[in-house]
Amino acid sequence: MNATVPVLETQDLTIRFGGHVAVNKVTCAFQPGTLTAIVGPNGAGKTTYFNLISGQLAASAGQVLIRGKDVTRLPASARTQRGLGRAFQLTNLFPNLTVFENIRLAVQARAGAGLSLFTLWTDRRDLMHAAGVILERVRLADKRETVAGALPHGDQRKLEIALLIALEPDVFMFDEPTAGMSMDEVPNVLEIIGELKRDASKTILLVEHKLDVVRSLAGRIIVLHNGALVADGEPAEVMASSIVREAYLGQDFEDA
Amino acid sequence: MLSRVLSGDYPRSPILTAALLVILFALALAPFLFPGAQPLNVAAKICVFVLLVASYDLLLGYTGIVSFAHTMFFGIGGYGAAIVLSRLGPSWSALALGIIAAIVVAGTLALLIGLFSLRVRAIFFAMITLAVATAFLVLASQLSGFTGGEDGLNYSVPEILRPSFRLFDAPLFGTVVNGRIITYYIVFFAALAGFLLLLRVVNSPFGSVLQAIRENEFRAEALGYPVVVYRSIASVVSAVMAALAGFLLALWLRYTGPDTTLSFAIMIDVLLMVVIGGMGTLYGAVIGATLMTVAESYLQTILGSLGKLGAGAGIPFVSTLLSADRWLLWLGILFILSVYFFPTGIVGKLRTHWLNRKNKALQKRSGSASNK
Ligand SMILES: Nc1ncnc2c1ncn2[C@@H]1O[C@H](COP(=O)(O)OP(=O)(O)O)[C@@H](O)[C@H]1O
Ligand SMILES: [Mg+2]
Repeated sequence: MNATVPVLETQDLTIRFGGHVAVNKVTCAFQPGTLTAIVGPNGAGKTTYFNLISGQLAASAGQVLIRGKDVTRLPASARTQRGLGRAFQLTNLFPNLTVFENIRLAVQARAGAGLSLFTLWTDRRDLMHAAGVILERVRLADKRETVAGALPHGDQRKLEIALLIALEPDVFMFDEPTAGMSMDEVPNVLEIIGELKRDASKTILLVEHKLDVVRSLAGRIIVLHNGALVADGEPAEVMASSIVREAYLGQDFEDA
Repeated sequence: MLSRVLSGDYPRSPILTAALLVILFALALAPFLFPGAQPLNVAAKICVFVLLVASYDLLLGYTGIVSFAHTMFFGIGGYGAAIVLSRLGPSWSALALGIIAAIVVAGTLALLIGLFSLRVRAIFFAMITLAVATAFLVLASQLSGFTGGEDGLNYSVPEILRPSFRLFDAPLFGTVVNGRIITYYIVFFAALAGFLLLLRVVNSPFGSVLQAIRENEFRAEALGYPVVVYRSIASVVSAVMAALAGFLLALWLRYTGPDTTLSFAIMIDVLLMVVIGGMGTLYGAVIGATLMTVAESYLQTILGSLGKLGAGAGIPFVSTLLSADRWLLWLGILFILSVYFFPTGIVGKLRTHWLNRKNKALQKRSGSASNK
């Protein structure tokens, strides 16, 4: 293993929607064992950048590399199989399936067990057990048999995170995981992210608006503005820089 | 044991269980319970359509794929039997060749259509299947040297399956066990096996992914399931089962033509059966196929005699409405009513009904417990 090869890298990554450039030549590399916060005002292109990395959108130009291999032309499922894991900002679940079944499907995907046609899924006790453990971890055990679509918003966010954890990816991509959660639910989510961070082989990308969260968790901040990467560095350094203050962080900083 | 056979997928409603048991026993004992050619014909058709509709439910109900090419695969099975039997003569080896060829052709075609077109939007996929099925229908009618054209093919079956064959010298329970009855049981057991196999597939890890794709294909892809691959495999399984159903029908009818297998009237029938029975339940295929086949077989007669009755009583309007060739109208009304009153089909309705009753009983019990 070559430690200098980043687990994830984007080179001049660009997408245009008609005339609008939503992500503009973003070049950035992410090393294993790091947590990078991605910040920027609404509409800056953070979610779109994630969509380009995990394959929900096809790039207009530039590359996405996983461990040095170009995956720009691969579909989302192939990138997930190569170790990318994604939680969505807008909750994106299997609404008519139970909470447990949602998680079990993610566990099953991770185990690569989906292509078995003539066995029973209930016979995969190992997968059901693993799903049960994750259910406890995100504190949804009492909602096990509730269909996902009937959950309150905060619980849907938790389930979204549960699906990401179940995938056991090398790169965790969280897109505003605490948005819309009640204050008492946030610590559990931060605790989970903190635990993941302690594993030195994992890489975490976190889009987050709460600056205190960013400050306590991130070892690095990158700032997107109008689709372009305008700052990249250690939290203190980035927060002090004048372009960032002018571009976006100004008011939030006075508040923080 | 029963749980393994049903893949842990029980009817989950006492009324449904009872209905399924009645249908199962009626079909299993049809030659002895309902003597005569016409009832046995209806029973064999029900067996074939249960399998055909169940295989379509795998696509429509479980995976959310709308395809109009299902009767094409049904036809491939039918013509598979017809062509080998009329070319190679009525031997078992010819039949074996026919079924293998039909499965290979149906499976390959389904895979090709899937890989090339399941990437597109559902509506375009539906149109592509419509185009392919139409092309196939035209082809089957045009290649008359091979398929018999519009007239179809008549052929004979191996000797044991002919009406003149006697399994026993004496009648069994008052019924002469002839080659037709043997054929019927081949159809019955093959359809039953096919149905149970489909029940297994929908309750497998693969089947759970299909339901995930139906629910949210975007997320299924993001979890690492290549959606196109899963859909294509589902299409292949569905097509192979449809071909098997067509093969069984061809064996039963000893005739195969565009009207018995390929026509769009059959495609519409299949759609009605799956919707009335209940999509995404498989058991709905049993209920839908049985109800519709019985209705279509006897409704015309019943309506016809009612119509005559009305004419006799001097009510011409009623007689027009009830005349035998109005049965399609009644079918249409039946369809609209059933979609209106049971959007989840008969099976869905029965299951919800039972679930609500159970929940109420549970609430009552816990209510009275807390009152103490
Ligand atoms: N599918 C799309 N089609 C057209 N415009 C899009 C699409 N997705 C995102 N955009 C645009 O790209 C810009 C960036 O959006 P987004 O990535 O969601 O921002 P952020 O997540 O930083 O708030 C916005 O102007 C948005 O309207
Ligand atoms: Mg966003």
